[in-house]
Amino acid sequence: MQPYLQLAQIHKKFGSFTSLKGIDLHIENHEFVCLLGPSGCGKTTLLRIIAGLETATGGSITLAGKNITRMPAGQRNFAMMFQSYALFPNLTAYENIAYGLYTKKLSRADIKKRVEEVLDLVNLTALAGHYPGQCSGGQQQRIALARALAMAPDVLLLDEPLSALDAKVRDKLRREIRNLHEKCGMTTIMVTHDQEEALTMADKIVVMNNAEIVQIGTPQEVYEQPNSPFVADFIGAINFMKDDSTRELHPQDQQASAIRPEHIHLGAFADDEGGALQYGKIQNIEFRGSFYRVTLQWMDDERLANPRFVMIDISTEQSKGLQLTKEQIIPFSLPKERIITFETEKPILVRA
Amino acid sequence: MKWNEILQRLLLLLIVILLGFSILLPLGSLFEKAFMNEQGQWIGVSNLLNYMKSPALLQSLGHTMYVSIISTIISVGLAFVYAYGIVRTPMRGKTFFRYTAMLPLFAPSMFFGLALTFMFGNQGFITTGFFGHLPFGIDIHLYGPVGIIISEVVYTFPQAFLILVVALSMSDYRLYEAAEMLGANPMRKFWTVTLPGTKYGLISAFFVCFTLAFTDFGAPKIVGGQYNVLATDMYKYVIGQQNMTMGATVGLVLIVPACLAFLVDRYLDRKQKNAVSAKAAPYRLVPRVWRDRLYTIYCAIISGAILVLLLTVIFGAFAKLWPYNLSLTLDHFDFTKVAGGTGWEPFWNSIRVAALTAVIGTFVTYLTAYAIEKINHWKFVRQISYFLAILPLALPGLVLGLAYIFFFNDRSNPMHGLYGSIWILVLVNIVHFFSVSFITATTALKKLDSEFEKASDSMGVPFYRTLFRVTIPITLPAMMEMGIYFFINSMVTISAVVFLYAPDLKLASVMIVNMDDAGDIAPASAMSILLVATSVLVRILYEWATSAMRKRAAKWQSRTNDAQQDSGAMKL
Repeated sequence: MQPYLQLAQIHKKFGSFTSLKGIDLHIENHEFVCLLGPSGCGKTTLLRIIAGLETATGGSITLAGKNITRMPAGQRNFAMMFQSYALFPNLTAYENIAYGLYTKKLSRADIKKRVEEVLDLVNLTALAGHYPGQCSGGQQQRIALARALAMAPDVLLLDEPLSALDAKVRDKLRREIRNLHEKCGMTTIMVTHDQEEALTMADKIVVMNNAEIVQIGTPQEVYEQPNSPFVADFIGAINFMKDDSTRELHPQDQQASAIRPEHIHLGAFADDEGGALQYGKIQNIEFRGSFYRVTLQWMDDERLANPRFVMIDISTEQSKGLQLTKEQIIPFSLPKERIITFETEKPILVRA
Repeated sequence: MKWNEILQRLLLLLIVILLGFSILLPLGSLFEKAFMNEQGQWIGVSNLLNYMKSPALLQSLGHTMYVSIISTIISVGLAFVYAYGIVRTPMRGKTFFRYTAMLPLFAPSMFFGLALTFMFGNQGFITTGFFGHLPFGIDIHLYGPVGIIISEVVYTFPQAFLILVVALSMSDYRLYEAAEMLGANPMRKFWTVTLPGTKYGLISAFFVCFTLAFTDFGAPKIVGGQYNVLATDMYKYVIGQQNMTMGATVGLVLIVPACLAFLVDRYLDRKQKNAVSAKAAPYRLVPRVWRDRLYTIYCAIISGAILVLLLTVIFGAFAKLWPYNLSLTLDHFDFTKVAGGTGWEPFWNSIRVAALTAVIGTFVTYLTAYAIEKINHWKFVRQISYFLAILPLALPGLVLGLAYIFFFNDRSNPMHGLYGSIWILVLVNIVHFFSVSFITATTALKKLDSEFEKASDSMGVPFYRTLFRVTIPITLPAMMEMGIYFFINSMVTISAVVFLYAPDLKLASVMIVNMDDAGDIAPASAMSILLVATSVLVRILYEWATSAMRKRAAKWQSRTNDAQQDSGAMKL
């Protein structure tokens, strides 16, 4: 079956600068997709091309079998929420939300009904008469969301919707957006550079770097089976190991395998299965709330220190039995099934 | 008290006294005159009531309102489209259009009247169909409201243009994209995004142009004919009938819109500061062939019209005997045979006055802004000084000139000696153009870290050392800008000085009016050309001389760019 929204070989150039090269992407109906990547990777440009605010230099976009590559933004029935909301400062919350409905040729009563519906949906009924300037950041964000939802869009586009908010509000809105997505049943595409946001909200994560898609997968897939050092490094914390032996961990050199800090067994939890037991000297212990992040200096044997370091996460509960102190020499082990290996046929460079 | 502090307090004191004597007291004597009869008895508002009863004066008020409103609407409308083309489309030739639009700033308001006379007057080349070369002529009945309105439109156009360019530049492109996503068509985008976004600029432009047209004296003097307006009434009362009381009363009426504009401007200034968002995205210019072509044609027509006016006056100044003998001559530039045979002296007087105004004015304005902005004593005195420094914005030149007559011509005034000398002209010009320069200086000083003064204080360095070593060098570009502003405006102004010049100290702008009065239009044009040429030349010299300096300034400014945006810098 044909996917709902299909991007084929999307290219974008700004002068001599290539912003996107050959993006192929399939998005299913009702899916929540996150475009994730560092700044400058082209994710926002891709979103704007989907929105119709930017024209692709090459390639095509198909929505439910219909080619919409050249269709103007206003006719696509997509709604977009902008990074800093772009609310009309001279219109009240109510008027902002009603703005797009007027072009839909609805009756006044229908518009009123629709606006009240979405205001209720985002719990803002009390603020209908307020101007954006009179609302807090979180409230403005919800007005912007309501304005987008009021259009009953086929596709909802979110451009870093939470980046301007403080941590507490951000957490709350994450859940709210996800709930609204499920309730309204549209397709949602969100751009973010925050891996945690992507992991918690998305059905599907599209990791981008240097104008290209690096990996597409569920949050579990990209976290547990990153297909490249870049993805492994960008999402979560990771220890890289050199190709030739699992003994050498180092993040800079060409790597072919890696392991997440929480997968390493430390101290009493390490097992000496097949001579895999390693030793390290504790350099640093960082308390992170629910866990400790311990940085070890790798020992070649029990006396010789190696200039390589390894991060290990250990839950606060578990650490209680270990009595960790600085300079302590402690054993650890790398469970084989947790070691991630990358295919080196197609080397993907990690940018510094 | 430390020496440093005593000096600072002395400086503040000196400034508030200077401002009081040159602004507050003359204004006081104007009000006094307006509320007194010829015999010097207190009669309260009955002068104003008389005024309301006099049909002739009421008619003038009606005339003035009419021409001011019409010319303001036309001027702001034309300037909006012109500025829109320059800011919001990627058309070509923007630099040319920008400079041409500003050309009228370099000319006295009589200039446009003269140009129109050559074009549409009884012997004008359009009225006569190119002197009979065409089978028909077009008579627009220049003398009267038509002439005044056209002149005021040209005169106020650059002011509206400058304000609207700034307003249109402060757009937020995200709003256009949001509107686009919500399916708005270009019309709806214009009404819901563009207009609200430029609302304050439009209101401000409207008031500025209205005030200029309402109080302008030069254009109605030349092309007003029998159509009386308040400014020419006032001139007639003061110069013709020596009826100072009625002159003062008309002056009070002239102040009203200016005061209103002043209040609105202050209010908008505060509003606008809040409205500018740091996150605003710059406007993206998308080429659209037909629209861009239309805007190019439009801007070409407007700038063409301005250039035609300029060229017409130049031609008129060189033509031997318009319209009978159009061969070229330099005769009209020898001013010995017209209007008292003063020769070139008025021109040199104008340059002297303008140069003195520029130098002294810049110095005094800068010190005032510095004292108010950077000295931390006597908050109340500084607030009074600030108010006095901004007040001239609400004072039309004619009113200021009349107030100066009352104040300085009073024999009991110890400063009576200034009256009739070149210094009263310099003083009145400084006060007339004080506020804008003051705001320029204040804006420049606000950009500087106030910690400079505290740092030097803690190191025991006297404030004037910091002022000369740090503050002045950094704000030098702003000072130069103030100087040039004083110079050009003093060159072309007529309103304040027309009441104050001494018979042996005529100014070029005054001579233009006198020569036109005597029917010597060609020499009047010649003098106008001299004024425009000098102003443009000085401006070019200034740009050339300061280009290196500005490049250097741009270097340190680029690093403090963010701080500048925060201060909501006002460009004038």
